[in-house]
Amino acid sequence: MEILEIHQKAARRAPGDKSHGITGVVASGDLEVLLERLLDGTECEVNVKTSVEGFGDVWRAVVNDFIERHSPGGLRISINDGGARPETVSLRLAQGVRLMEADR
Amino acid sequence: MMLDDLLNALFPSHDTQVEAEGILCGTAQYGQDKTAAVVGLVNRTPLGVDGALSLAGHVLEVIRHSPGRPIAVLIDAQSQRMRRRDEMLGLNEYLAHLTKCFVLAGQRGHRTVGVLFGRAAAGAFIATGLVQDMLAAVPGGDPVVMDLPSMARVTKLPQDRLEALSKDTPVFEPGLDHATPIGAVAEIWNDGDLAEKLAMALDGQPGAPDRRDEIGAERKGRLKAAAIAKRVAQEATAHA
Amino acid sequence: MNNAFTKYRTWSWYEATARERVANLLDRGSFTEFIGPEKREISPHLALFDLPEAFDDGIIVGRGTVRGRDVLLAAQEGRFMGGTFGEVHGAKLVGLLRYARDYQDAPRVVVLLLDTGGVRLQEANVGELAVSEVIRAVLEARMAGVTVIAMVGGRAGCFGGGGIVVGIVAGCCSRIVISEQGRTSVSGPEVIETNMGVEEFDSRDRPLVWRTTGGKTRRLLGGADAYAEDSIDSFRDVAISLLDRIPAFDLDTMEKEHARLTQRLEKFGQCHDTPEIWKAMGIAEPDRIADLSDEDFNQIAQAQKEANHDAR
Repeated sequence: MEILEIHQKAARRAPGDKSHGITGVVASGDLEVLLERLLDGTECEVNVKTSVEGFGDVWRAVVNDFIERHSPGGLRISINDGGARPETVSLRLAQGVRLMEADR
Repeated sequence: MMLDDLLNALFPSHDTQVEAEGILCGTAQYGQDKTAAVVGLVNRTPLGVDGALSLAGHVLEVIRHSPGRPIAVLIDAQSQRMRRRDEMLGLNEYLAHLTKCFVLAGQRGHRTVGVLFGRAAAGAFIATGLVQDMLAAVPGGDPVVMDLPSMARVTKLPQDRLEALSKDTPVFEPGLDHATPIGAVAEIWNDGDLAEKLAMALDGQPGAPDRRDEIGAERKGRLKAAAIAKRVAQEATAHA
Repeated sequence: MNNAFTKYRTWSWYEATARERVANLLDRGSFTEFIGPEKREISPHLALFDLPEAFDDGIIVGRGTVRGRDVLLAAQEGRFMGGTFGEVHGAKLVGLLRYARDYQDAPRVVVLLLDTGGVRLQEANVGELAVSEVIRAVLEARMAGVTVIAMVGGRAGCFGGGGIVVGIVAGCCSRIVISEQGRTSVSGPEVIETNMGVEEFDSRDRPLVWRTTGGKTRRLLGGADAYAEDSIDSFRDVAISLLDRIPAFDLDTMEKEHARLTQRLEKFGQCHDTPEIWKAMGIAEPDRIADLSDEDFNQIAQAQKEANHDAR
């Protein structure tokens, strides 16, 4: 198992009031993304646990791109990966932020 | 242990026979002149639709005709019968029916005590062993979840890797030594007077709520289950 | 993107994730989850196998409303480790059922969205014990007046493809709703093939597998009480329709079940394949059951004596 931790400031706080949300499934080629509105200001944290080792650079590139596009400030994001491709990771992260925009 | 030796060790006297499909039935004396029903699945027989129905029938007879009579359940089986015919006919319902009859017996005042003296695997173990008010084992008892070749096929791990891993964790390795700490087996009757131990077991409370997760926690063999189950109720009542 | 909307904008039960089923089965916004993923109660046993965990260990438990009616609910994620029972997974379900058993203020209906290949082999001993505890908890809840409804229509079905025995759980519930895609059995077809050979059961012969253990077969034989289309709406409607005739778990019901199971063996115990059974039941075109539309099949099922009973 490989564990990656990425800390970064986003441009803005993620909109919405939802305290936590989850999307995706830990299955082959997929991942689950748990989002929690826990951090101060525009801080953002992405923690990845993956059974596919050696792709740290790809993860960092995908996550940095996501943070730039979606500004998930204030969110701690935790990932259990089942061996997803980068496009699926981007998709689930984007779904996650949308999920967090809800009211509750 | 052979069935006859076990019967003689457990009961001062008994009147039992083995019917088709390895189904044991009859009665026996225990303690001070008390009578128990004796049923079981023996002779290393797998549990199919026919055997399950027959065994359930004996349990229902005890409920119908013998108020308060405890039931001893002797087990030396295999797993469920692995045949297309049994599955087609709804084996899951027959095993569920048998399981339900044992639970009903407990609820209606018939204490059920399982004595594992041979193998019991998977569906057979669930429906004849794990369902009882109390499950004891004698040496030779061999509880198993699934045979290794099938496990290897399903987990897609090579069999020798599975064997090696099973040495590392009680959660995974078959056998009595692991069934007891997790709470599946209440007692192993290694020595001493089997008849006395069984008599005490048969006099126990019928139909008590299932506490095996707490026992597993007390024995430190199963560390999370009991706490998680309790937490669900706590969160549910907090949100009510 | 992988989601469960069919082109007619209804949610496919089969395609949906557990969370999608829960969100669309219950009244919008009514769901409260217990021990949700943010609590991170994961399996303590998977790390040994270098396998990824799921934050909810593959099962969602909680409460909500269905058309305004309070229910407790559990939904297994069939795509995580085949929806299998591990220590934590099983304990969440046991806890839910015991809550229903113990608290008269708790909802009187528990809905089990079963989607499982049985026991999680990596947690074999505790997984199997968990299944036994679930069975005991279902029956103890029923004895306390709780209705437990099994819904079977998912990918892993409700059997033992990899693991074993969970078809027994369904058989202990008050009522079973099944779709064509659903399956219940005790041993999965691969396990039978591994143990007994391909002549006994060719696990790759999909029509055979579905004829033997699939939803239509179960419904016609009386192994399921109602048949749903593959949509969340249908499962909901069908489950609600069952609620006013729930068998009590008592001696009378077990005697009746014993009689119907005895009759099933007497009448059909010699049949080699299900079309023979349908023929013996007097069904016209017994070879065409698999081809029938859900509507046409449902009509036939409603008319069959064996399929409609209160003996569970």
